[in-house]
Amino acid sequence: MRKGVVIAGFGGQGVMLVGELLAEAGMEENKYVTFLPSYGPEQRGGTANCHVVISDTTIASPIVSKPDAIIVFNLPSLDKFEPTVKENGVIIINKSLVPREVRRNDVRVLQIDVQSVAEEIGSPKVMNMILLGAYTEIEKPVSLTTLKKAMSVILTGRKASLIELNEKALDRGAEIAKEFMGVI
Amino acid sequence: MSNMKTIYKVPSPIAKRDTSYCPGCTHGVAHRLIAELLEEMDLTKKTVIVWPVGCAVLGYYFIETDALEAAHGRACAMATGVKRVHPETFVLTYQGDGDIASIGIAETIHAAARGENITTVFINNGNYGMTGGQMAPTTLIGQVTTTSPYGRKPEMNGFPIHLPEMLATMDGPAYIARGALDNTQHILQAKKFLKKAFNTQLKGLGYALVELVSNCPTNWKMTPVESLERIRKEVLPVFPIGEFRVVKGVE
Amino acid sequence: MGEKILMKGAEAIAEAAIKAGAMAFFGYPITPQNETPEYFSRRMPEVGRIFLQAESEVAAINMIYGAACTGTRVFASSSSPGISLMQEGFSYIANSNVPCVVANVMRGGPGLGDIAPAQGDYFQATKGGGHGDYHTIVIAPHTLQEEVDLVLKAFDLAEKYRIMVVLIVDGLLGQMMEPVEFKETVDVTKFKVPEWATVGQGDREDRIIITSLDLAPEGLEKMNLHLQEKYRKIEEQEVMVEEYRMDDAEYAITAFGTMARISKTTIELARSEGIKVGLIRPITVWPFPSKTIENRANQVKFFFDTELNAGQMIEDVKLALNGARPVYFYGKMGGIVPSAEEVLEEFKKHLGGQHE
Ligand SMILES: Cc1ncc(C[n+]2csc(CCOP(=O)(O)OP(=O)(O)O)c2C)c(N)n1
Repeated sequence: MRKGVVIAGFGGQGVMLVGELLAEAGMEENKYVTFLPSYGPEQRGGTANCHVVISDTTIASPIVSKPDAIIVFNLPSLDKFEPTVKENGVIIINKSLVPREVRRNDVRVLQIDVQSVAEEIGSPKVMNMILLGAYTEIEKPVSLTTLKKAMSVILTGRKASLIELNEKALDRGAEIAKEFMGVI
Repeated sequence: MSNMKTIYKVPSPIAKRDTSYCPGCTHGVAHRLIAELLEEMDLTKKTVIVWPVGCAVLGYYFIETDALEAAHGRACAMATGVKRVHPETFVLTYQGDGDIASIGIAETIHAAARGENITTVFINNGNYGMTGGQMAPTTLIGQVTTTSPYGRKPEMNGFPIHLPEMLATMDGPAYIARGALDNTQHILQAKKFLKKAFNTQLKGLGYALVELVSNCPTNWKMTPVESLERIRKEVLPVFPIGEFRVVKGVE
Repeated sequence: MGEKILMKGAEAIAEAAIKAGAMAFFGYPITPQNETPEYFSRRMPEVGRIFLQAESEVAAINMIYGAACTGTRVFASSSSPGISLMQEGFSYIANSNVPCVVANVMRGGPGLGDIAPAQGDYFQATKGGGHGDYHTIVIAPHTLQEEVDLVLKAFDLAEKYRIMVVLIVDGLLGQMMEPVEFKETVDVTKFKVPEWATVGQGDREDRIIITSLDLAPEGLEKMNLHLQEKYRKIEEQEVMVEEYRMDDAEYAITAFGTMARISKTTIELARSEGIKVGLIRPITVWPFPSKTIENRANQVKFFFDTELNAGQMIEDVKLALNGARPVYFYGKMGGIVPSAEEVLEEFKKHLGGQHE
């Protein structure tokens, strides 16, 4: 198993946290992981992204140039990373902020209106976790259970109070993904 | 023999060899004062002196303690490194005016601002002695040097830097003073200032600096006697003797 | 054996230095290594050691110099522009024969450049970036685990030879996260002041002077000969190099640090197309593994050097080969990091129609 994912959006949308959680969970499952935050030229224009690789074997380059999946939080991220996704790869989209359809027809696309889902859950802060839940359900780089375990490692101090809401959001994202996969 | 008493001896830290200083230069006087205090205060064996780039670059041959040779201007930074990891060591820096107030002014001001528990002896001879008498930050207005051949002009070269007065405006340093080495009375006073500066470190009070107004007969193109007179007539009016900052506990 | 912890490169290097017994850190903020001083500022007080933010890199390296003269394990880190300022201290430290470890998290240059990953400081690091005839040992890890392991090794080498060891990593290794395991914690209570160090004469018979100066040319020549002798010994004994899939290789890639890491993926891609290529990865870029490269000259058709610069290590590769084989180059500047696929594409241009 080797899964490369690019997670991209505006700074402040929790993009890096999603990446870090995935990496931490991968490590918990004794897999090889790398997390590479966007850095240098890609930081321009206020977009943030990170590359995460989770693998059963050692990882050479941490750069994900042909992702198995991308999680896009905003339009510039879709514009930038849509062309890079592998054939048959997955694109998970924050529909609330991405006002266009995916142009490629050789990829699987899941659009989630995360804003309304987050409102249902009761906090706008969990949008990133909804997308992460959906991604994890479809790509299965790690289990949802490990992801929740990883959360307690990364969300400490004041942030620990958000764990419950975040877990809810992960589950909700996963449910949406299940429905989506049932449809295909 | 029994009725003879010692009225003069070479302090034990002074090496039994000739110095590299010019005849009549007061670097030798400054060395002696430091050596006397190291001996009197029983500090020789626990001292590391950080020597400068300048006329005193070979100072470690003349005062016999553990010693380091800093890069030009960096003595206070180097001394900080020593003192932070070995606080029990008595750490001195010995620096010229070019070293401390030009190329190394940042290192000096920040050591003072941090209240670094080290002691600096600063020799102000009004020029860059070692490199042949160029203008220094302490060169007086109108003074001729090899790089101010028409005399130091404010519009071109700005004004002399008064380091003690500057440092005294800060909260970090514990003891800041200026003495002079032009006559016996001043020399004895300078020793008192130095002793306070040494004690400041021993008591852990923080940064101490004593500027010593000195001569440079060779580059001033004067006899030693003339050079000492010049200190009194021209230099001390601009760089007055005094204690500029004395925090509680310094003695 | 410790457990695995997911850490950022710039923090892992700091923790590794602490575990290796670094008793003091001196530094000045500069991206992309700010996490390193920040981490030290939190941790050093916890372990009762020294963290000091200096007023400049010039001051920082001279604080390192002073502390190193006392025989204390000291560590500094910076990034390219700051490392340039430190070159004065590097040169003095070299001729004073005192040990210390400094990390350079390289960013794009010249000048203020940018804050993206680059390897443009190879020349400065390996040829002696300050004045005079000197070297520092220069180590270039390519994964975070290797970085962590080599920090301890760096201190050991520094003390064995009384020399500065420089770790060169780039912004990518500084910023990425990967699980690391700290295998050893040095017992600092066992540290003693070495017999050459200056902490005050104390009970010693002779006093100690540490200086890089000797105004007599014959004396300075002696100091230089001593350095050169030390460098020859290091060249003989301390070369570290990895040969990756070289056994059956018909072509060799040469790369260090991040580019070596990327090249390993390039090699997998190439081999899946039936192209037999391997990697020679200098771990010490000084001393340089010239013999390893020379030994492969008869085996491979050509060498392909790839770096995040305009071609710097390639000069050492060519010197090692002395014309025996062609050496081609692919590099990116300005902080752009090519993908494994791009490296492969460039590599394939030299195959001359084969494998296309
Ligand atoms: C980086 C650097 N710049 C310049 C010099 C040359 N240099 C040696 S001594 C000196 C001047 C020292 O003058 P000062 O500090 O006033 O001490 P003095 O010689 O007068 O005692 C200079 C500029 C040097 N050694 N290093």
